[in-house]
Amino acid sequence: MRTLLASLLLAVSVPALADSAQPPAPYAYRQLDDPQQEARAKELMEELRCLVCQGQSIADSDAELAGDMRHLVRSRIKAGESPDQVRTWLVERYGSWVSYAPTFGPETLLLYAAPALLLLAGALLAARRLTRNRV
Amino acid sequence: MKPRLWLALPLIVFGLFLLAVGWRLSSPPDPTVKSRLVGQPIPDFTLAAAVPGKAGLVSADLKDGGPRLVNLFASWCVPCLAEAPVLMDLKRRGLPIDGIAIRDASADVAEFLMKHGDPFRRIGADPQSQLQMTLGSSGVPESFIVDARGVIRYQHIGPIMPQDVPMILAEWEKAR
Repeated sequence: MRTLLASLLLAVSVPALADSAQPPAPYAYRQLDDPQQEARAKELMEELRCLVCQGQSIADSDAELAGDMRHLVRSRIKAGESPDQVRTWLVERYGSWVSYAPTFGPETLLLYAAPALLLLAGALLAARRLTRNRV
Repeated sequence: MKPRLWLALPLIVFGLFLLAVGWRLSSPPDPTVKSRLVGQPIPDFTLAAAVPGKAGLVSADLKDGGPRLVNLFASWCVPCLAEAPVLMDLKRRGLPIDGIAIRDASADVAEFLMKHGDPFRRIGADPQSQLQMTLGSSGVPESFIVDARGVIRYQHIGPIMPQDVPMILAEWEKAR
């Protein structure tokens, strides 16, 4: 009985407010009218990190700030900015961390060089093997 | 390398993996997002008044009259309740404070100020967090110390608690 009462109370209780009571920004859940612009915005939104639900993209997240970020991306794309300009604008404020697409730089040098280095190591290994077999 | 050492390689790799996991578990990465605009001039903006009878906030307001605190808050933000009396204390100590109300309704802001005190000289409304993103902020409450030339000198993430007051006052002095 007590469990039933407790679960009933839980069901009707209100969670602590972590979100505003304000409506979402216009372009948080509305696509752009131009399908090409929307496609560019969508591609960018999938590569931007949600600031409050870290690990999700703003395209995936239902957090309020993610909605406001989608509004920012869509309205800037609509105003004629390129996805790269919008990304740069955000990176200037939050660091390259905000973008899932790694930019080329000293900290990502190893990341970009890794495929070539691994290929080289493989080639050396194969070369040694093959020459040894021939003897 | 001798054949025996090759055999130990998987164990060595596994050991390194355990070390990496142990290191990250014992010192988790800092989840706060710092603004890259610290040390740079505050971007230009114009915000409408958040409550009637009190001026809104324009970036030009921040470029004269000495260093001040710009506080991002909201009536729906629980940690802002804890911060409110500390802001009143800072105001009593002479620190000028301007406010930015994030995603808020005018009536709710007015009620919040009536209940918890009003330390703000001006309050701008940022109904869709667009200015918050312009400043490189990612939540409420957050505060920036802006010097007399309009350069952001310090960012405080989360509520300013009583124990932070000396540090905030020191940052304010430094921005003079």
